[in-house]
Amino acid sequence: MVFAVLGGLVLLFILAPLAGIFLKTTPVQFFETVQDTAVTGSILLTLLVSLCTTVFFAFGAIPLAYLLARRSFKGKSLVQSLIDLPIVIPHSAAGIALLGLVSRDSLLGKAASSIGIDFVGHPLGIGLAMAFVSLPFLIQSARNGFEQVPVRLEKAAMNLGASGWRTFRTISLPLGRRSIISGLVMMFSRGLSEFGAVVIIAYYPMVTPVLIWDRFNAFGLKYARPVAAVFILICLIFFVVLRVLANKTPDDQNRKHI
Amino acid sequence: MIKIENISKRFDSFELNKITLEIPEGEYVVLLGDSGSGKSVLLEIIAGLIKPDQGSIFLNDQDLTDEPIRSRPFGMVFQDLALFPHLSVYENIAYPLKTRHLSKSDISIKIRELSEKLEITHILDRYPPSLSGGERQRVALARTLAIEPACLLLDEPLASVDARIRKEIKSVLRKLHHSGQTIIHVTHDYQEAVSLASRIGILENGKLIQYGPALEVLRNPVSPFMASFTGIRNFIPVTLGKDPVDGHLKAWTEQKIPLIFQTEKDHGKGYLIIPEDAVFLSTMPVLTSAANQLKGIITDIIPAIHGLEVVVDVGFPLHALLTADSIHRLSLKQGDTVHASFKATALRFIRK
Repeated sequence: MVFAVLGGLVLLFILAPLAGIFLKTTPVQFFETVQDTAVTGSILLTLLVSLCTTVFFAFGAIPLAYLLARRSFKGKSLVQSLIDLPIVIPHSAAGIALLGLVSRDSLLGKAASSIGIDFVGHPLGIGLAMAFVSLPFLIQSARNGFEQVPVRLEKAAMNLGASGWRTFRTISLPLGRRSIISGLVMMFSRGLSEFGAVVIIAYYPMVTPVLIWDRFNAFGLKYARPVAAVFILICLIFFVVLRVLANKTPDDQNRKHI
Repeated sequence: MIKIENISKRFDSFELNKITLEIPEGEYVVLLGDSGSGKSVLLEIIAGLIKPDQGSIFLNDQDLTDEPIRSRPFGMVFQDLALFPHLSVYENIAYPLKTRHLSKSDISIKIRELSEKLEITHILDRYPPSLSGGERQRVALARTLAIEPACLLLDEPLASVDARIRKEIKSVLRKLHHSGQTIIHVTHDYQEAVSLASRIGILENGKLIQYGPALEVLRNPVSPFMASFTGIRNFIPVTLGKDPVDGHLKAWTEQKIPLIFQTEKDHGKGYLIIPEDAVFLSTMPVLTSAANQLKGIITDIIPAIHGLEVVVDVGFPLHALLTADSIHRLSLKQGDTVHASFKATALRFIRK
């Protein structure tokens, strides 16, 4: 009973501010905001950049998660700590660190600008900032997923003539799919909500968290709130839909036969 | 012919020590050993799942030692079967065929053929988690047979199924053997070895202590470990030597108890087998033709499949097999003093 009350208080603490935002936003404000091209453009940019970032980095993050789950190598715990690092450092500090890497004066920045790419103030820079802080969620979740796939099944596949790549593609990946998709959803969602690191790399073009901050700074709470309400609603819709899709894995189809 | 030469593998707490054995084509080899004897490790080394520290594996003189798992013509059925839970039975069996890039129609023909052979045509659309133990075994066998292995490697295939299914699977395995399939089967179950093997290998603490035709190995156990497997209880380490009193050659137990038996050997160490059913018990000393007469105390009476096993401490534990009726007639109970007798001709000596 005590646990239920304490737990309920925590839930209320999460729910109350969110509910407050929606209760204090009038339908008129809401519809005006939805029709504001600055807001819709920003939301579209945020969704698109986060999606592309997640897909692009998944190609490296999933193999890395597999290595962490299956192989033991020197310095593995160091690699593990490195991956978790973005979670524990302040995101504005992460942004500063990243800026050092991609600014026009840096080696990478110079190389990129020589082929006409400028990370600072560019969706590419926003993507890098989002990835930096959200990658740990994908890597950890995928790693957990791969760890749950019995090694025996991979050995059996190889014994049946499958190459390492085929084994990964047909056994490890589908069986770890639930956690991998869950990790992708987490990375995407975390990317959407990133402010600290993004604002340092790219104030413009404005992703929605920066737009909310900008409106709050320039016009106050009243103008920032409707944008926040619309964005929270969109984030929630994406989160729920993707979670539902993630849970519809072949594992569920199998269970129907049991 | 599969040749395994000097295979060794060291782990932290266990070592597989210079295993050498030859498996002629079409043989059914059962490797018998307790858990921790190294039998599963040996099987995984043959399959290529574990790399040996030294030694070689040949198939018809072709060295496969460094060959990757997937290129070895050995099909393994794992103890837990390792069926892919996200694939249907059909897709499980098709898996090795797809890796060999067979056409869809060829895959379908092959699966029909295998599923008929293993009587699983009715479950091809189902998923492994929904199958019974026996069905899963058959699917795992079908999937492995799809690669047409030069040798089938079975890791404790009957360990996790009930008696009825065990009988079914044994019959499937026997059929496979009779169709010419070479099989290596590891188990801790002596009954499995007896009912299936054409050759038996005994593994003890990482060493192959005996290997040969099944009947020969079963009739001539070379260690107490193997004797316990074959159900022989009275497997007594002895040293042959002349009796200083009468000058006759006798077998001396570790407790210096002389046992009389028929032999042409005159020295050395070995084991004496005293068949349990050749031991007679009486409450009084009796004059019989039995050359060996020992007095002892009953330490235990254990129910056995055929009657009761009476353990008599005659200096060493001597097991006698009696009917319940005999025990009742002699009113035998634990702590009683009895006279045990057995004929010299009933004993068998096995040299170490």
